[in-house]
Amino acid sequence: MSVETERSSTESSAASGIDFEDTALTLTLRLPGSAAAAAASSSSSSPAFPDADRKRASDADRSSPLAAADADASADEAPAPKARVVGWPPVRSYRKNALADAAGASSRAGKRAAKFVKVAVDGAPYLRKVDLEAYAGYDQLLRALQDKFFSHFTIRKFADDERKLVDAVNGTEYVPTYEDKDGDWMLVGDVPWKMFVETCQRLRLMKSSEAVNLGICSGLTKSRPMRHTPRPIRTAFLKERGNFALLRIFM
Amino acid sequence: MTYFPEEVVEHIFSFLPSHSDRNTVSLVCKVWYEVERLSRRSVFVGNCYAIRPERAVLRFPNVRALTVKGKPHFADFNLVPPDWGGYAGPWIEAAARSCAGLEELRMKRMVVSDENLELLARSFPRFKALVLISCEGFSTDGLAAIASHCKLLRELDLQENDVDDRGPRWLSFFPDSCTSLVSLNFACIKGEVNSGALERLVARSPNLRSLRLNRSVSVDTLTKILARTPNLEDLGTGNLTDEFQHESYAKLASVLDKCKMLKSLSGFWDASPSCVPFIYPLCHQLTGLNLSYAPTLDYSDLTKMVSRCVKLQRLWVLDCISDKGLQVVATSCKDLQELRVFPSDFYVAGYSAVTEEGLVAISSGCRKLSSLLYFCHQMTNDALNTVAENCPNFIRFRLCILEPKKPDAMTGQPLDEGFGAIVRKCKGLRRLSMSGLLTDKVFMYIGEYAKQLEMLSIAFAGDSDKGMMHVMNGCKHLRKLEIRDSPFGDGALLGNVAKYETMRSLWMSSCNVTFKGCQVLASMMPMLNVEIMNELVGSSEMEENHGDHSKVDKLYVYRTTAGARDDAPNFVKIL
Repeated sequence: MSVETERSSTESSAASGIDFEDTALTLTLRLPGSAAAAAASSSSSSPAFPDADRKRASDADRSSPLAAADADASADEAPAPKARVVGWPPVRSYRKNALADAAGASSRAGKRAAKFVKVAVDGAPYLRKVDLEAYAGYDQLLRALQDKFFSHFTIRKFADDERKLVDAVNGTEYVPTYEDKDGDWMLVGDVPWKMFVETCQRLRLMKSSEAVNLGICSGLTKSRPMRHTPRPIRTAFLKERGNFALLRIFM
Repeated sequence: MTYFPEEVVEHIFSFLPSHSDRNTVSLVCKVWYEVERLSRRSVFVGNCYAIRPERAVLRFPNVRALTVKGKPHFADFNLVPPDWGGYAGPWIEAAARSCAGLEELRMKRMVVSDENLELLARSFPRFKALVLISCEGFSTDGLAAIASHCKLLRELDLQENDVDDRGPRWLSFFPDSCTSLVSLNFACIKGEVNSGALERLVARSPNLRSLRLNRSVSVDTLTKILARTPNLEDLGTGNLTDEFQHESYAKLASVLDKCKMLKSLSGFWDASPSCVPFIYPLCHQLTGLNLSYAPTLDYSDLTKMVSRCVKLQRLWVLDCISDKGLQVVATSCKDLQELRVFPSDFYVAGYSAVTEEGLVAISSGCRKLSSLLYFCHQMTNDALNTVAENCPNFIRFRLCILEPKKPDAMTGQPLDEGFGAIVRKCKGLRRLSMSGLLTDKVFMYIGEYAKQLEMLSIAFAGDSDKGMMHVMNGCKHLRKLEIRDSPFGDGALLGNVAKYETMRSLWMSSCNVTFKGCQVLASMMPMLNVEIMNELVGSSEMEENHGDHSKVDKLYVYRTTAGARDDAPNFVKIL
């Protein structure tokens, strides 16, 4: 842990989203993720299944055009996630989730994992789902949230490079928060991206006015150093609010 | 005829299995209406808001089998907000009050709570079959209630439901006295089940014919189960990953060899390529095969298996099979009637390894093909023409090109002529879904030729109101029309309003219909519910901003005898 803290104070600029070194650290020290699992499974792959290697190779072949495209994109400064339109292609969400589960289970075999979490927006009547594994960092996620909730939202940049989601219709600002594995609500952006993907259970875009009441000033702050001890938002306070009760019902 | 005693009339009616015939008969006179309603054993409600549940069960107090459908079809693709409605509660409560003899309940796209299942389990002493398809809102606790109390249960079929998993205990609630199971499907339950309880349940169910396990069930458990069920006809496997040992698969193969009745295989969760050869000996007897949940299998794994399935009638597979693989299907599976090729990439304009070539190959090899769902990378008019020539027996034809509005891959032209050929040649076509670049012309063809069409799905297509009007005026048997992201507006919506009373429903999202248009429709047709849903927080806000001419985000129109429903959430406005 001490290593992480030390690193984080020196690399504020690395918090732009893709930070593989940080990812590796997180994976080895704290939360075993897919990369670690992949290493474990390849070392234990039994000789009874010589096909496994061929399988992995063919998987790589199949996805190589996409993988290459992703790599190109991440070299540029703004890697746009592949376009998503709600309900297209017309595949049942049950099937998508089931295959996402399968992909998660077979990530040992070199496939990309998927992690779907629900996204609630204060005051909005319903939920969307996002696949956190589809994004390489917070910037991409934010942009995807903007897409998910349609023209409803725009990303607004502030002078100190802080970003918020702003309702284009009524000007309401939203702060992205998430529930971690312990059930605490945290500010999105408080931990390294990979750790966030591991622990995030659901997302909620909280009205900025409420966040201010809670003493939270900002959501995604590019220049702020990463914190590795996330700050729980006082959930007792949140639970008193009608919106939260509503949120529980939705989820 | 009217002088026959009622018993005789009732006996004659018993030879009318079709609902529509019975509906017709009930219109002849009051006596026939009475006889028919009291002798009706099976009731189908295609839209849970089309009639009040109390009304339905009072009319048919002796119903044994009830089927109710809830949300619009587009709910499958997340286009309907999650808490839109479609609640099972009122139906189960009404049946519990008035139809104690209910034995079978089937529900699709409905919200079913654990309390509903509890009530169901306790209210119908002769209850035999529960089938839930694409439902949500319940947990394994509700299933435990069904297991505990429905002593005569024959069928528990859970297809693609979103079930809240509260642990593996639910399966243990089947009492020892429960020996009547014929069909058990819990493939959609994500978590573990108690393998001991499962084995015991199967062991005391001598009539079991269909068993679909979930991905938590191991190869070893599957092997033990199959040793007890040599008469199984339909099997959904558990987990077939490569974490299991070769010996386990060898044992599995030996028990599978004894399942001579087995005709249908599904499951294959995360199936390892190494497990496939153990299935080969079964292949020649299979008529149904679902490999669509096995993204781990590639072209060669799939084709080695499929090439042995010479009796196959129904095949579901991922597009990993590729065009080459589909050619193998075409040469091997001469009896194929239904083919579904699903995408493995869910992005708009994602990549798919199947194209028009695979479809043409299938159509030339599998002449009995009558049902198709095909997600592909590209399509051409020539290919569709050939497909229509080769397979004029299509009843269901659903084609999705992953990239919306993609033109003919060879000529760059719209696909109007290709889909036109399909509706012209396939005279029995009842269900059609289209994609790719399409102009109003294709709708002209559909209106002119698709006389048997009952359900049409349109996305990203057409140029003007004329397109939709061709369909509304031409397709005499149309029951369900669903449209998204197409430029049809009030003119099309209001062009033939009487038609909606002959249809079950119309869905339009992201089209050009306005609030005003919807109001006009509602005022012209009092028997319709015109529901509008808006993405924005308050729909009132939108009206203030843009007035009556603002576009409606989502529109759902259906005929009803029940009036406006009272369970609509605040983002649904019923005009």
